[in-house]
Amino acid sequence: MAGKAPYIVPVGPIHPALKEPVHIELTVVGEEVISADFTPGQTHRGIEWMGLSRNPVQIVHLTDRICGICGVTHSLSFARAVEQIADITVPERGDYVRTIIAEFERIQSHLLWAGVAAHELGFDTLFYLAWRVREEAMDAIEVITGNRVNYDIIQIGGTRRDITEDQHAKIRKCLNTYKDLFAKLKKLFLEDAVIKSRCVGTGLLSFETAMAYSAVGPTSRASGVTADLRVDYPYCAYGDLDIKPVIPTIYGSDVNGDTYDRIVVRIFEIAQSIEIIETCLDNMPQGPVIWEEKVAKILSACKKASGEAVGRHEAPRGEAVHYVVMDGAEAPIAWKVKASSYSNLHVWPIILKGAQLADIPVIVASVDPCLSCTDRVAVTDNGSTKIFTKEQLAKMSYEKSRRMMQ
Amino acid sequence: MNIILSAVGGTVVLAILAIFVGLFLAGIDRRIVAHMQARMGPPLSQPFTDVKKLFAKQSIVPANAIPWLFNLMPVVALASSIAVLLYLPFGSLAPILGDAGDMILVLYLLIVPSLALVIGGFASGSPYATVGAQREMVSMIAYELPLAVSVIIIAWRLMVANVANPFSFTTLMETSVWDVVGPLGIVGLLILLILFAWITPGELSKVPFDTPEAETELAGGILVEYSGRNLGVFSLAQAVKTVAMIAFGVIILLPWNLSPVFGLTGAGAAAVDLVFFFVKVVIVSIFSVTVVRTMMARFRITQVVKVYWFIFGGLGIAAIILLMLDAFLMGGL
Repeated sequence: MAGKAPYIVPVGPIHPALKEPVHIELTVVGEEVISADFTPGQTHRGIEWMGLSRNPVQIVHLTDRICGICGVTHSLSFARAVEQIADITVPERGDYVRTIIAEFERIQSHLLWAGVAAHELGFDTLFYLAWRVREEAMDAIEVITGNRVNYDIIQIGGTRRDITEDQHAKIRKCLNTYKDLFAKLKKLFLEDAVIKSRCVGTGLLSFETAMAYSAVGPTSRASGVTADLRVDYPYCAYGDLDIKPVIPTIYGSDVNGDTYDRIVVRIFEIAQSIEIIETCLDNMPQGPVIWEEKVAKILSACKKASGEAVGRHEAPRGEAVHYVVMDGAEAPIAWKVKASSYSNLHVWPIILKGAQLADIPVIVASVDPCLSCTDRVAVTDNGSTKIFTKEQLAKMSYEKSRRMMQ
Repeated sequence: MNIILSAVGGTVVLAILAIFVGLFLAGIDRRIVAHMQARMGPPLSQPFTDVKKLFAKQSIVPANAIPWLFNLMPVVALASSIAVLLYLPFGSLAPILGDAGDMILVLYLLIVPSLALVIGGFASGSPYATVGAQREMVSMIAYELPLAVSVIIIAWRLMVANVANPFSFTTLMETSVWDVVGPLGIVGLLILLILFAWITPGELSKVPFDTPEAETELAGGILVEYSGRNLGVFSLAQAVKTVAMIAFGVIILLPWNLSPVFGLTGAGAAAVDLVFFFVKVVIVSIFSVTVVRTMMARFRITQVVKVYWFIFGGLGIAAIILLMLDAFLMGGL
């Protein structure tokens, strides 16, 4: 297999290993990856631009559609940013409902990811199993929000729906199913000989690299970084809860930062989310779930507000950030989304280096990339794509700021 | 002249029968996998529909490919798979080509479809196909060792038991290896049976040994550039090869016939044995291909080699030792 010089294997923009378009270029000798690079920006939809001509209540619904999996993440981050600018206080019960739905999102997102990871390993039976049990969470989400995918439950100032007593039975049934299933999931994903042999020691991300590249969420926690927004800067109901960041030591193993550790972290986070939801259901305070029922009043409060704020939320994939600037007008004058995957994708070239070609799909998937969340910019000019240097981008952003200040 | 005519006629009938059984096997496989995964699965006729559709589609030859090699290889694969069948006895039906070939020839012929795939892969001029072709070669080297070991040790055991022409299939039809061995030998043969069950998915590129095609990493690997009629011919070759490979295992290790049980003779016996033979093929395929591919993830190519050489190679050596001991105890040596 020696033969010729290293050859280039393109993965993407469209490839069975990828669930969303991104372009990864691998330089390969035999089966070993010498170097890897990636080009995002293949699925840009201009959502931020659409937002700049809409009012915050409309944008909340728009944010739901940034990602098909993180339906709460973006709307919650955006709502928290606007609430800070307009000085709106979310009622306690609203915070609890937000927490519950955010944790349900984490459960379904991690199960979805687990299925994808199994498929990337060629283990389709496990993929079907994971996606079948995910349906329970989807049903519970449907009970709470009325929707399965784009939840549309977050509103500026709270949530649009309350969780009533008669819904508790269904939600608890779902949680109990997962509690019974957890041991099985743990056995199937963490004890399977082939999964172990494929995932242990592959896609290594050291603690130092994870810190240096600002990896977030389960990707960083698998490398032993104890960063979890829910613990570090509690918001919603997380301040009332006793939670710790999940790192691989929870499974009694050392922290290696490999693909296997990332599976461990996600599987155990499902258990953590179940606990959080149960605690929240038990301790839900009474009262309204929204600061103001009437949308017109929310809008007028937003219209008066001016200032800038950052809204953050620990999404299933890590910290998501929304930066919003409002200027006493109906629409915000700036809105910037930074999804969690944006931070995580940059570790790809590092964890792919030296990997076997066979392990690329699962390593790529192990950071749980969500590209429609991530892609904010695509620069095309008459069909040819330009790459801007850091200096050019800095210069362009100065110009933009000056234009905005005029 | 008559002999040639009957050989040609037999080949055509056998090819059609093998294609039919092979596609039917693929349908059963997909259906059972679906049920084990709590899905409905496609109808049994799906592989037939797939092939029919492929033949109606355009065959695209990539710009980088070497057209004559690229177009030739599917035919070579199909022809060589059918050629294997000509040397195999089905139930109590003697091989079409009689005693012209033996087990060693079949071992070599079974390699040819894989080689055709490799050449076709290299000729497609795609990096995915190139990597897939390299992997196919490596996995061929990997599974040939336990396969050859098990075939040769069985022939050797027959030879020790004073059976003439131990490599010939007509001998195997008459003498079952299970009848000549003692208790130790039976253990050894059971090990060989397990070995054969695990070699079959490797030979047929099924999960966990489907590294050359690896959908998620190589997007179909060797076959990535094949489309239309060429892909259809490869599917037929794969179907025939499935039958040939499993039939080979059945003939060597599960040689029993039903006709002696019912005391049948003549055409009735041949028909009953033929049906029983294909039933055995279906059952073996379910256990060694369908169930295995449902419950496992794909190996890395390095792991494929390790598994075949060290685990199954080790099992093969254990079987050799057991059969030699058995021969010694049974007084053959």
